[in-house]
Amino acid sequence: MSNHRRPGENRIVRFFLIAAAVVLLGAMLVAPLVLLLAEAFGKGVAAYFDSFSKPDTVSAIIQTLLIAAVVVPVNTVFGLAAAWCIAKFNFPGKTLLVSIIDLPISVSPVVAGLVFVLIFGSRGWLGPFFAAHGIKVIFAFPGMVIATLFVTIAFVARQLIPLMQQQGRDEEEAAMVLGAGGFRTFWYVTLPNIRWALVYGVLLCNARAMGEFGAVSVVSGHIRGQTMTMPLQVLALYQDYDSVGAFAVASLLAFLAVVTLVVRRVLEWRFRAELGYAGSL
Amino acid sequence: MGLLSFYFSTKGNTITISRILLVATALVAIAPAARADKALLNASYDATRELYADYNQVFAAQWLKQTGEKVTIAQSHAGSGDQARAVIDGLDGDVATLALSYDIDAIAEKAKLLPTDWQTRLPNNSAPYTSTIIFLVRKGNPKNVHDWNDLIRSDVKVITPNPKTSGAARWAYLAAWGQVLKSGGTPEQAKDYVAKLYHNVPVLDSGGRGATNTFVQRRQGDVLLSWENEALLAARQLGQDQFDVIVPSSSILAEPSVAVLDVNAAKHGTAKEAEAYLRFLYTPEGQDIAAKHFFRPRNAEVAARYAQNFADVKLFTIDDVFGGWKKANDAHFIDGAAFDQIYTPSK
Repeated sequence: MSNHRRPGENRIVRFFLIAAAVVLLGAMLVAPLVLLLAEAFGKGVAAYFDSFSKPDTVSAIIQTLLIAAVVVPVNTVFGLAAAWCIAKFNFPGKTLLVSIIDLPISVSPVVAGLVFVLIFGSRGWLGPFFAAHGIKVIFAFPGMVIATLFVTIAFVARQLIPLMQQQGRDEEEAAMVLGAGGFRTFWYVTLPNIRWALVYGVLLCNARAMGEFGAVSVVSGHIRGQTMTMPLQVLALYQDYDSVGAFAVASLLAFLAVVTLVVRRVLEWRFRAELGYAGSL
Repeated sequence: MGLLSFYFSTKGNTITISRILLVATALVAIAPAARADKALLNASYDATRELYADYNQVFAAQWLKQTGEKVTIAQSHAGSGDQARAVIDGLDGDVATLALSYDIDAIAEKAKLLPTDWQTRLPNNSAPYTSTIIFLVRKGNPKNVHDWNDLIRSDVKVITPNPKTSGAARWAYLAAWGQVLKSGGTPEQAKDYVAKLYHNVPVLDSGGRGATNTFVQRRQGDVLLSWENEALLAARQLGQDQFDVIVPSSSILAEPSVAVLDVNAAKHGTAKEAEAYLRFLYTPEGQDIAAKHFFRPRNAEVAARYAQNFADVKLFTIDDVFGGWKKANDAHFIDGAAFDQIYTPSK
């Protein structure tokens, strides 16, 4: 221990800094969660579980799960392909591709939703084509999937790229020298090296896909029992003066988020070496 | 949840991905659930949520009895202007029940889903029920709000939605403007009054229901300037002991309009059902449901039965004071018109 005082060692300073952190954490994180649960169970446990038997709410939960079931695998494949290209190869336009992958994170979700209305709306570029073939895109399930795909597109790739870059391509080159083809190399060499970072990216992608509000709200059309997702249903129920129903659905969403976080923590702890600095977020 | 454990239980290789894809495609194939014999979609605005939740069941039962045909009605609710926009962009409604005729005019003009003379197809200009704009204040009226002039006092905060997206807001804005003219004011005085009024508005929600929630659940502001039916419903839902309804000396006759969206209904083969659905609103039974949800019925007998719910307000019409919706819209709500000139977000 050194003798000279460092900033922050002053007890008063330390007390106020810790108190400020506790107050902030309490006000921003703990209090809302407690309030959420208090409202959800405000009319008793029976009323809470009763809200999950309403057809519209059940439909919203199913829609959310279906959207995630399509979006997460697609973005997993895309993320893998993009990260593989970017980390292991050099090609013209690589920097551009990296920036484009980041674009959905920086664009406002509402703007993203509006863009898809402009493209697939009945007066948009592709809308009349799909309408002529009897396919509903916007204000239906496909549109909601597309909007969610867009906002979550970077989540898997962003987790993989730094790790794959760090790992370099020595092992792949060795495999190639030993006679393995491209696909075989990917399957037996690259994928095992990144699998936990991949799972981690998939979890983040899934969390966002289930929680997305803005972009989906624009393209959903808000048809009760058909094109509502859980976040949309929370707002709709709240505005229907059904606060128990709204907060019950919200608590389910929060529960899913907590599960994701716990899984993420466990992964981080068990595979911290493998995760590299991708896991230090 | 199932999804999460699914990822988690499988060892990290791409068999997982193909398996998930398989499951996903299977799920999507099931997704478009079997439609009932006939399905209608009613694209409506914010304040009618409870009305149509009730009405749809009664109509479906009545239609089944009358024709032996099963019909289910799905609802979509948002700000009236947003809904018109959505229908124009392809929201596949069979009928539109919006807050004002201008929004249905926009659908007729831009998307050509129905003829422009749609208002003549049903009685009462295709407005089966009416409403007006009144004030809702906190219990005991602590800010002493009694009439329009109290809304522009510097100590009063008014909650009202955004006229760019909400029907309730347009009616509220026009009520505020019109009452100045009706009490002998000049257009300049009306503009000045409305500017002062919106200076007292801390937040503009995009729909009527959002504004009501801001006032009653989040407890913002001193006065909610909105639909009579919204105010009465909020007072009933959240307890009579929390709010007082204040009726101004004069206000506007708000006529929410309904119409069949011909092109969509023809595409779905639901033209007959859609027409019957709207016509039933005019029957004593339909009128009774409307009145129960605090919309003013057209039917005199039903109106008499619910007279105690509706205060006697001096009502002026939009045709009378503004020369109809087209003119009102051009003068007040299009980009750069009166509302844009007077509105600057306060603080």
